[in-house]
Amino acid sequence: MKFNNTFFEKNSIALLIGILIVVSIGGIVEIAPTFYLKNTIEKVDGMRPYTPLELLGRDIYIREGCYNCHSQMIRALRDEVDRYGHYSLAAESMYDHPFQWGSKRTGPDLARVGGKYSDEWHRQHLADPRSVVPESIMPSYAFLAKNPLDYDHIDQDLTANREIGVPYTDDDIKNAKADIYAQTHPDSDEIDAFQKRYKKTVSRDFDGNPDMISEEDALIAYLQMLGTLVDFSVYDASKNLR
Amino acid sequence: MGIAEMAMIGTFAIASAIDVIFIADAEDAGFRFHAFIVLLAGIAAIIAIGSKRMKRLENEAKGIFVHEPGKVVYNEGVIRAGVIASMVWGLVGFLAGLFIALQLAFPQLNLGEYANFGRLRPLHTSAVIFAFGGNVLIASSFYVVQRTCRARLWGELAPWFVFWGYQLFIVLAASGYVLGITQSKEYAEPEWYTDIWLTIVWVMYLLVFLGTIVRRKEPHIYVANWFYLAFIVTIAMLHIVNNLAVPISIFSSKSYILYSGVQDALIQWWYGHNAVGFFLTAGFLAIMYYFIPKRAERPVYSYRLSIVHFWSLIFIYIWAGPHHLHYTALPDWTQTLGMVFSVMLWMPSWGGMINGLMTLSGAWDKLRTDPVLRMMVVSVAFYGMATFEGPVMSVREVNSLSHYTDWTIGHVHSGALGWVAYISFGALYCMVPWLWKKKQLYSMKLVEVHFWVASIGIVFYIVAMWWAGIGQGLMWRAYNSLGFLEYSFAETVAAMHPFYIVRALGGGLFVIGAFVMAYNLYRTIVDVPEPEPAAMPQAAPAE
Repeated sequence: MKFNNTFFEKNSIALLIGILIVVSIGGIVEIAPTFYLKNTIEKVDGMRPYTPLELLGRDIYIREGCYNCHSQMIRALRDEVDRYGHYSLAAESMYDHPFQWGSKRTGPDLARVGGKYSDEWHRQHLADPRSVVPESIMPSYAFLAKNPLDYDHIDQDLTANREIGVPYTDDDIKNAKADIYAQTHPDSDEIDAFQKRYKKTVSRDFDGNPDMISEEDALIAYLQMLGTLVDFSVYDASKNLR
Repeated sequence: MGIAEMAMIGTFAIASAIDVIFIADAEDAGFRFHAFIVLLAGIAAIIAIGSKRMKRLENEAKGIFVHEPGKVVYNEGVIRAGVIASMVWGLVGFLAGLFIALQLAFPQLNLGEYANFGRLRPLHTSAVIFAFGGNVLIASSFYVVQRTCRARLWGELAPWFVFWGYQLFIVLAASGYVLGITQSKEYAEPEWYTDIWLTIVWVMYLLVFLGTIVRRKEPHIYVANWFYLAFIVTIAMLHIVNNLAVPISIFSSKSYILYSGVQDALIQWWYGHNAVGFFLTAGFLAIMYYFIPKRAERPVYSYRLSIVHFWSLIFIYIWAGPHHLHYTALPDWTQTLGMVFSVMLWMPSWGGMINGLMTLSGAWDKLRTDPVLRMMVVSVAFYGMATFEGPVMSVREVNSLSHYTDWTIGHVHSGALGWVAYISFGALYCMVPWLWKKKQLYSMKLVEVHFWVASIGIVFYIVAMWWAGIGQGLMWRAYNSLGFLEYSFAETVAAMHPFYIVRALGGGLFVIGAFVMAYNLYRTIVDVPEPEPAAMPQAAPAE
């Protein structure tokens, strides 16, 4: 049968349905399998949901549009691995709703920035980037240290995350506020319970201001954990060949 | 008519009343501010529909009806509003772009919490793509669909709902970015409630457009309308799937996206690349298919080519997204599929370019005399260039160099400034005299000035970004003789400085051109007289 476009040109609903079918195919073939193919996300040890403080720090990272200039995705290329560390695994962003891989490196990749600089360096860098990196063109984020962290609704944040698959427990949600306090007050009584709930955490007064839990506390807590959860000295890539 | 007006007023009244609850119970200041804007919009809508109704009843008492039996009266008011909105948002978006370009060259221009690069960059992209581009698409589609179907736009209030609803979406999105309300998905930053609002507006847009086609008096649906329809339908699909999210509370502006990590990345770039493919390509190809033949007074070059390239373009585009994720944690098979389809995409893209350019056959001389037509033809040439560069950049090895650099920014802008903006400018230059019933544009000289100033600006912009992007990509991967990385990251940032200045200069020229255009259109509307009625041929007495 000779293909004839007249049918579509004379029938608006046929045209509409034809378009819908044609534009659906590619997405279905490419996207759907990544939800059920088991090898899409590697099995690794060490991944855990964000602590409440880290989660709010991540929200601030999103709010300020950090992703516009910083990627969190080290590609499997020699120079990137030399510069930033082990290439990023799919598993490392399994709890990221939404992902923060980025698309532009006006500034360096941050996938493994955790632990590379001191809190003091981050504080100074956020307040006045050019005071520590003269070539930097990053904006100043001095206001973060002055803004108190709003965590009245942190239980809702955790609940919403649980609804979409992040394994927070009832216990995590109930103690979310206490955990924020504990992570910024390592000498407090709640610290043991917090460290039991979340493995591999750092608890410090990140912004250096004991009087207030600031937005800077949350953001630095988030930056300091990025890329630190998977222990690559014991990670066996050959087990995850895809 | 009367029932629809009352129903709309009732709906807005109920929505506004409910909105008061949201103002009272809002969990964050940004959400409360937005609820307040929505209340103002609701009240304004009630007043506007009410006064429109009064005016209509007055007119009908005098015997003036919108629908004259046996005659199609086109609905042009909403298109005129769209043309003005396009120009205004265009200036806003271009200026925002110039400002953030200057921020990259001179970081001191980051002015505290509400005016730093991170919050203003989405403002720029949304303002140019959705506010400028979106208004051009809505206005031009309403123009084209009526003329090519010889039918009045479906609905009387519905087109105005689409127009004002879309402006409300823009205001909510833009003010949200400045206040820090964003879900961080590029070109889909607005939060859940703004997304829901856009969905409602968009469904209405589809109904108006399709409803007009259904009541057409031409047997065939014109090719431009295929492209508009594909644009509207596919954007609806992309928007809904990509933005599925769970708000932490219906009284909060914050939500978490349904997908995570690798799946979210894939869905985001399926969306992101097809925002390019269907918003910035299919929609503007529709503009090309109406305005270039019209202006050149020549038929479309090849009907067969338009069929082939339409169906292949919309089929292949959808697959191309994964080329944004080469060498990442996305499975290799998906990356490869994305790359292969991106390279294939070159052909249907050039099919469209050839069809647009060759429409000039027999009318090439008009390029000398008509700067508006020249602008549109140059835009198609830019489209051809960008759609060749795109497939090249989608090849994995090229992408390993270009990705994360300013080469991408340059590529986007050769498409955005050269193709999208130029074809839009052409359409606006055409539509203003047509819609306001003017003899011609106020000044062809000024169109000429606009064309050259903006073109030089684009060249500065693209060349600076090629140089910067390829340069930085090479610096990142450079090794010294001892096997260490040659440059620190900070050194590569410092190397970008001169290119960022040149880019801002190019952008500045483009902005100046746009202001010249706005002035020209303004004078056309205000000062140019209406054309004299065509002289009736005198009947010569028979000898």
